[in-house]
Amino acid sequence: MAHTADADFKTRLQNLLPKLVLSPSLAMVLVFVYGFIIFSVYLSFTDSRLLPSFGWVGWENYSKLWRLSHWEISLRNMGVFAALYISICTVLGLGLAIFLDQKIRAEGMIRTIYLYPMALSFIVTGTAWKWFLDPGIGLENVLQTWGWESFRFDWIKNRDYAIYTVVLAAVWQTSGFVMAMFLAGLRGIDNEILKAAQMDGASNWNLYRRIIIPQLRPAFLSAFVILSHLAIKTFDLVIALTGGGPGRATELPATFMYSYTFSRNQMGIGAASATIMLMTIAAIMIPYLYAELREKK
Amino acid sequence: MMSVSTQDTAIRTGRVTRALIYLVLLLFGLFYLLPLYVMVVNSVKPLDEITGGGMMNLPRVFTLEPWAKAWSSAQIGVDPTGLQPYFWNSIKMVVPAVAISTVLGALNGYVLTKWRFRGDTILFGLMLFACFIPFQIVLIPMARMLGLMGLAGTTWGLVLVHVVYGIGFTTLYFRNYYAVFPTELIRAAQIDGAGFFQIFWRILLPSSGPIAVVSIIWQFTNIWNDFLFGASFAGADSQPMTVALNNLVQSSTGVKEYNVHFAGAILAALPTLLVYIVAGRYFVRGLMAGSVKG
Repeated sequence: MAHTADADFKTRLQNLLPKLVLSPSLAMVLVFVYGFIIFSVYLSFTDSRLLPSFGWVGWENYSKLWRLSHWEISLRNMGVFAALYISICTVLGLGLAIFLDQKIRAEGMIRTIYLYPMALSFIVTGTAWKWFLDPGIGLENVLQTWGWESFRFDWIKNRDYAIYTVVLAAVWQTSGFVMAMFLAGLRGIDNEILKAAQMDGASNWNLYRRIIIPQLRPAFLSAFVILSHLAIKTFDLVIALTGGGPGRATELPATFMYSYTFSRNQMGIGAASATIMLMTIAAIMIPYLYAELREKK
Repeated sequence: MMSVSTQDTAIRTGRVTRALIYLVLLLFGLFYLLPLYVMVVNSVKPLDEITGGGMMNLPRVFTLEPWAKAWSSAQIGVDPTGLQPYFWNSIKMVVPAVAISTVLGALNGYVLTKWRFRGDTILFGLMLFACFIPFQIVLIPMARMLGLMGLAGTTWGLVLVHVVYGIGFTTLYFRNYYAVFPTELIRAAQIDGAGFFQIFWRILLPSSGPIAVVSIIWQFTNIWNDFLFGASFAGADSQPMTVALNNLVQSSTGVKEYNVHFAGAILAALPTLLVYIVAGRYFVRGLMAGSVKG
């Protein structure tokens, strides 16, 4: 059987086609993601200020960065924010999912109400909470006009407490989503095991503690990975809710990077802070993605 | 209302416990609805009712004035244009960005599941990790690149940015969905002489509805709600809605018109909220269809 040159070309094209189709996306990702990462990491070792510049300064930007109180405050705020945000969302999400899994009437409507904040922009969330928490017109003022004159709630204007208002708004936005993840996990658990354990006289508390919650491990892991990466990327919410203030009370690494790069003309330091953010996320995401992708093989 | 049948649970609860569970669920329902209530109620009352301590009250005087002002005459930056032009900027950015990233995601998912080659999982891993990077790491080079390409400050520049950082997710969705699609059907079509695009067009695409909905909803929500890229790369006539809303609320000149701010916030939230209410159930259903591991 002799192949004509034409048919040969066609088969080769057919064999090449899948890779050709994939290549534009791949090229974009390689340039715009990995190329850019290399460029930014490189900039973090240069004397860039208003514009990128290529004078090598070694680790100077990093040592400057770690001496800045502004950066230290951003990191400390991130620690408080991430710890509270992740743990409250997880506990609340799991609790609400367990409650919603008890043959609740109107479950669909309740789920819709719990989940809708996820569809909103952080700027919208920030605006709504900003004015609701504002002592001048919001909750404090309302309760005072209702007759509780000694009522005080000025956290959003208070240096020591403002970070907790960011936690509150962020939990409001994402806890419903975490609830949905746990609910999906609960619905996947085999009822036969539970019935068998019940026969043996296990209480509801023990069923959850010994059998159900341990089986939710994958949901816990996904929730942790998603929440921690959202926490590190938190930017818009702070901009809309507090603008980083009062003072620097709610500055986070993302807002730090933005102001050092674009308004303070310290691009080298900005790039160094972005590199640290990337490394933190990579330390969480890469092992997770590696395990997920291997599993499927 | 989403109506997915409640699954049977083996757990049995007493009357008192059930009452408590309903109470807790109700209280959290109120918590999630509270900001929406505050926004809606205060967007239809005159300013003095808010400043006078009536934020939680229903409006005594009902007015649509704040909505009209937020839409067409509020001061955004230097011009009293209202949010209207920015709303259209967002639409002009979102529609092409969603369409392009979804089409690319579908093609990538098809290649990565049905035309596998050595190293494809690694390539997919690289695309997937790109979804989770803190975008701060690409802001500086991206600003330069857009300048070099002549796209700085334009809507098409923003479309490009959103396509680049969105294809990881769209590829993920289509890849998971196509992974459970029977490969025998593809092989049979190949034996019958169907080519790469014919198979995609005739066999995979007709059954891709559910996952296309997931991809479109996801991308629409993310791109509409984006603030970082809009604030970093948009020019005067390409600023999206989120950036304009932030400018409206943060503006430090004149009286703070809270009612206008709330009306503006609802205007910015409306498109994604509508998509969620109308198509949310298809989103969950499509995700479930794709999440069955192959």
